[in-house]
Amino acid sequence: MAKPQKNFLPNAYPDPAHLRLEGLACSRGARQLFEGISQTLAPGEALALYGANGSGKTSLLRQIAGFLPVEVGTISFGDTRPPRVHFIGHADGLKNPLRVGETLAFDAALWGAPKNAIDLLPLLGLDNRGWQTVGDLSAGQRRRLALAKLCLAPRPVWLLDEPMTALDAAGQHLIDTLAGAHLAAGGILVASSHVPLGFATQTLTLGAAS
Amino acid sequence: MSVFWAICRQHAVLAWRGGHTTLAVAFLFIGVTLMPFGLGPELALLQALAPGLLWVVLIMALLTSLDRLFQADYEDGSLDQMMLMPLPLEFVVLAKLLGHYIALVLPLLLAVPLAGLLLNLAPAHLPMLLLAMLAGSPALVLLGGIGASLAVSVRRGGLLTVLLSLPFYVPVMIFGAGASRQALAGEVDETRLAILLLISLASLLAAPVAIAAALRNAVR
Amino acid sequence: MLKALENISALYANPTRFMQLAARLHAPLWALALALLAYGLFRAFQVPEDYQQGETVKIMFVHVPAAWMALFGYSFIFFASVTALIFRHPLGHVAARAAAPVGATFTLIALVTGSLWGQPMWGTWWVWDARLTSMLVLLFVYLGYIAIWQAIEEPTRAARTAALLAIVGFINVPIVKFSVDWWNTLHQPASVSRLARPALHADFLYPLLIMGVAFLALFFALTLTRMQMEILRQKLRVRRMRTNQGA
Repeated sequence: MAKPQKNFLPNAYPDPAHLRLEGLACSRGARQLFEGISQTLAPGEALALYGANGSGKTSLLRQIAGFLPVEVGTISFGDTRPPRVHFIGHADGLKNPLRVGETLAFDAALWGAPKNAIDLLPLLGLDNRGWQTVGDLSAGQRRRLALAKLCLAPRPVWLLDEPMTALDAAGQHLIDTLAGAHLAAGGILVASSHVPLGFATQTLTLGAAS
Repeated sequence: MSVFWAICRQHAVLAWRGGHTTLAVAFLFIGVTLMPFGLGPELALLQALAPGLLWVVLIMALLTSLDRLFQADYEDGSLDQMMLMPLPLEFVVLAKLLGHYIALVLPLLLAVPLAGLLLNLAPAHLPMLLLAMLAGSPALVLLGGIGASLAVSVRRGGLLTVLLSLPFYVPVMIFGAGASRQALAGEVDETRLAILLLISLASLLAAPVAIAAALRNAVR
Repeated sequence: MLKALENISALYANPTRFMQLAARLHAPLWALALALLAYGLFRAFQVPEDYQQGETVKIMFVHVPAAWMALFGYSFIFFASVTALIFRHPLGHVAARAAAPVGATFTLIALVTGSLWGQPMWGTWWVWDARLTSMLVLLFVYLGYIAIWQAIEEPTRAARTAALLAIVGFINVPIVKFSVDWWNTLHQPASVSRLARPALHADFLYPLLIMGVAFLALFFALTLTRMQMEILRQKLRVRRMRTNQGA
């Protein structure tokens, strides 16, 4: 039982990425969220973003993901070509009418993973829930399911927006396991949180400077 | 390529499971059923008006489905994921539009012959009518997608989508209903069919680019 | 903190120079527009009655320039939007937004005067004449554009979405015109299919051109005034933010 699970944890990434933020600033509407953010992440490093609600954690993650345009400062990935990024936000992108198993199968097809994605369920702590519809899952179970794509498609940059929300102790341990394997494989990770993240090698508290 | 089909299939499955297919087809029949009450039950009159009425009802049924094209994805965060998929956003959009076409437009086209019988169309009239609808309906979905993508960040943007899409539907409607009317005379209207195909082709090239731009703007 | 506020004002296009220019242009432009309008209307009423249409021919002097301005207004929105998107000049967004209700109003005037002008000829208030129909669709295009600005709250997103709509809508306008013309000529006898234009000899041409220029000046005067208002509104918004943030 433990062996197929291991296959889903990331091992060495063929294209490890660096992440360099230089003099980054962001404003939404007429409000300045943050400015002068400079941070460098080497492969295997994780940055934890702390800060009050509305301090710009989500905006910073969305800038790194490429959703929000960078108007002041630069974001570079060391490589000229931006590497593949995983982004998991508050909205989980799950479809209520689909079954859990179908969601995994679609995810596997969408992200180009092998077909036996259903074997991922024990790792996510969703054993025997393959036939359940996503709409019937609890908030914590949904978050676990949303993590599936991290395992299905190997991508060297993970951006997690408050990953610990709604998760129980086992779920938080799952995040730690995934993050640990990801970092050991040479990935980099940026996560926002209101609780301390054990795997973080660097921290940045937004809203404190200004 | 398998990514393309996965997106297409997921959209179609969701449209079907969400009951959107049933609703659209029901809408078509509701529209057709209301016509004789409004116009009177004279069969000759109904037949003369049938091609145009069927086009109007088809477009209305399609318009009601447009806000489901991207709105749910915007609200549940799937739109963010679409930006990161291993396929350019333009093709992701195209896959979803194809899924929408398969799940909604094809069932509507299958329902059109039956709806036509209710309006006293003879079976001989149907091939030309369906041909015109087949030629024009890709443009309807593609152009409607532009309206849907522009209104995607607006809560309850259904009516706004309809307002934005309407001007784009005028040419398709003119040539589509025109070609279908010729069906009553038993003629094949090659010119109008060619223009319909041209509009569909031009929409195929232009719409995904415009939609992708609008969606990128929506996730900012 | 101050940097952010600078960003916002850059968003609304370092408007100081524009506002200075606008303040200088404002009065002369309005004076020119009103003078031309008065002179054009005076000339129009001196035009002899048409032997077929009688007095109603004078509606033409409002209808035709209004229809010109309806098309000009949308072209203006298109070019302003392209400028805003390509050269990242936010003043383009402000100009496009300001021009939209002005253009829509000219479209509405063209529709109403067209109906009034046609009534004695057609014996009915509305005929699906090719020009009137195209104008009606154009009005929907304008309404959609205005609705986008109203529906999207976040200003930068609203601006970019509206600009995209302006561009695809602009491509659509000639296609609509072509299809409506095609549709119309096949379904109606040519004699009633368009508003009969009297031969444009000098008696008609000059008042018409004067009215055209007057409407153009009016369009720019209205648009300029609305742009000034919009920029002032944004300044006010930023000032309120500043007080709220206590900086």
